[in-house]
Amino acid sequence: MVEFAGFAMPLHYGSIKAEHLAVRQGVGVFDVSHMGEFWVVGDEALPFLEYATTNRAGRLKQGRAQYTMLPNVEGGVVDDAYLYLPDPGRYLMVVNAANVAKDYRHLTALLPGYDAQVYDASEETALLAVQGPKTVELLSGLTDADLERPKKNAVFRAEVAGRPAILARTGYTGEDGFEVFLTPEDAPGVFQALVEAGATPAGLGARDTLRLEMGYPLYGHELTDATNPLCTPYAWVIKPKEPPFLGQERMQAAPCRERLVGLWMESGIPREGYPVEKDGRPVGRVTSGGISPVLGRGIALAWVEAGLAEEGTGLEVVIRGRRHPARVHALPFIRR
Amino acid sequence: MKVPEELKYRETHEWARIEDGVATVGITDYAQEELGDVVYVELPEVGRAVRGGEAVAVIESVKTASDIYAPLSGEVVAVNEALADHPEKVNEDPYGEGWIFKLRIADPAEVEALLDAEAYRKLVASEG
Repeated sequence: MVEFAGFAMPLHYGSIKAEHLAVRQGVGVFDVSHMGEFWVVGDEALPFLEYATTNRAGRLKQGRAQYTMLPNVEGGVVDDAYLYLPDPGRYLMVVNAANVAKDYRHLTALLPGYDAQVYDASEETALLAVQGPKTVELLSGLTDADLERPKKNAVFRAEVAGRPAILARTGYTGEDGFEVFLTPEDAPGVFQALVEAGATPAGLGARDTLRLEMGYPLYGHELTDATNPLCTPYAWVIKPKEPPFLGQERMQAAPCRERLVGLWMESGIPREGYPVEKDGRPVGRVTSGGISPVLGRGIALAWVEAGLAEEGTGLEVVIRGRRHPARVHALPFIRR
Repeated sequence: MKVPEELKYRETHEWARIEDGVATVGITDYAQEELGDVVYVELPEVGRAVRGGEAVAVIESVKTASDIYAPLSGEVVAVNEALADHPEKVNEDPYGEGWIFKLRIADPAEVEALLDAEAYRKLVASEG
């Protein structure tokens, strides 16, 4: 168990590698109840969200979800988030556990002038992520809902193991799967039912290696208050609009001196903070790194000088004083 | 958690089996459990002179990279080359096939400063 954002969380239930592979090949279940949930409601919830998030909230139809970011006034990132519209006019925003208080302060400070409210439901919302190619098969045994038809990013209400839930075809692993929102009272029973049906319990460790193989960002590593997201592979979430989102002009005006890239190691295991060099010259640093359980090799996300961000560029990662060859690799690292 | 009676322990979770002036060194069952799946072991060079408490090897697990310390001063006389292809031996058999290196002990008096099995068990209990 480890302490994470005030929650006691299992890093693994035995083996990160086995849990990782269970999610890639079968089904894993993660208790991610530490994540924050905000409801954004009111007649002007949508114009508020268009201002407070970078993606086009207005394109979100009922029953759909989108990845988005919360920008700050300086053009940096307060948090990355997932925005769901499960009920007419009521938006559900899922944010990072470590950022719940910061995000709530930030969003409520932007509310004046909008007929909208932000309600922090984190304490009364549990979240289970059921992930892996066999999720539909397994989960269908525990719900009457049709799980084949909903597309990626669909969200709807249904019962799971006899308990009322919001189901979303989303996740953080790159696999098919559903995230299941429940009350904290119902979550342990549903978790147990999923495990009895054959899902492998998976911890924070596997969650991290799975997202790294996909090249997904983890706030505090790839994204920070000072990060310009336009210089990252996640720039697709930034949709300049009129009227502009908070900090839009400053974000667009800031040059990218460095770019965030994927690194594929020829040898060695890169870790956060390790220096990146080009022919012995310092050119960047690793933001997240580790060994890919699927590839059996080191992979990393790293900031590098903008001129060295092209796919295939040869670089070196310094591991305990030794230079290990790496090249810039497209994301994700593994083909799904 | 296994803590064999016949071994000596360092508080940083290495064990030493002392036979004929040579210490075979590995990490404890508790340590391998904490590290999780071991994927790579960086071994010291044979012939290297090390001081007790010096970082001489590195174990990489899926989770993290951890230094392994020499429990005693001496010269590295052998390393477990088999770990290059089978680093998982550190998890599967930490006191046997998962050994990491062997030291020719420079100062036998240093052995007295290591923990016995009972003291190590108490240390782990206080950390847990």
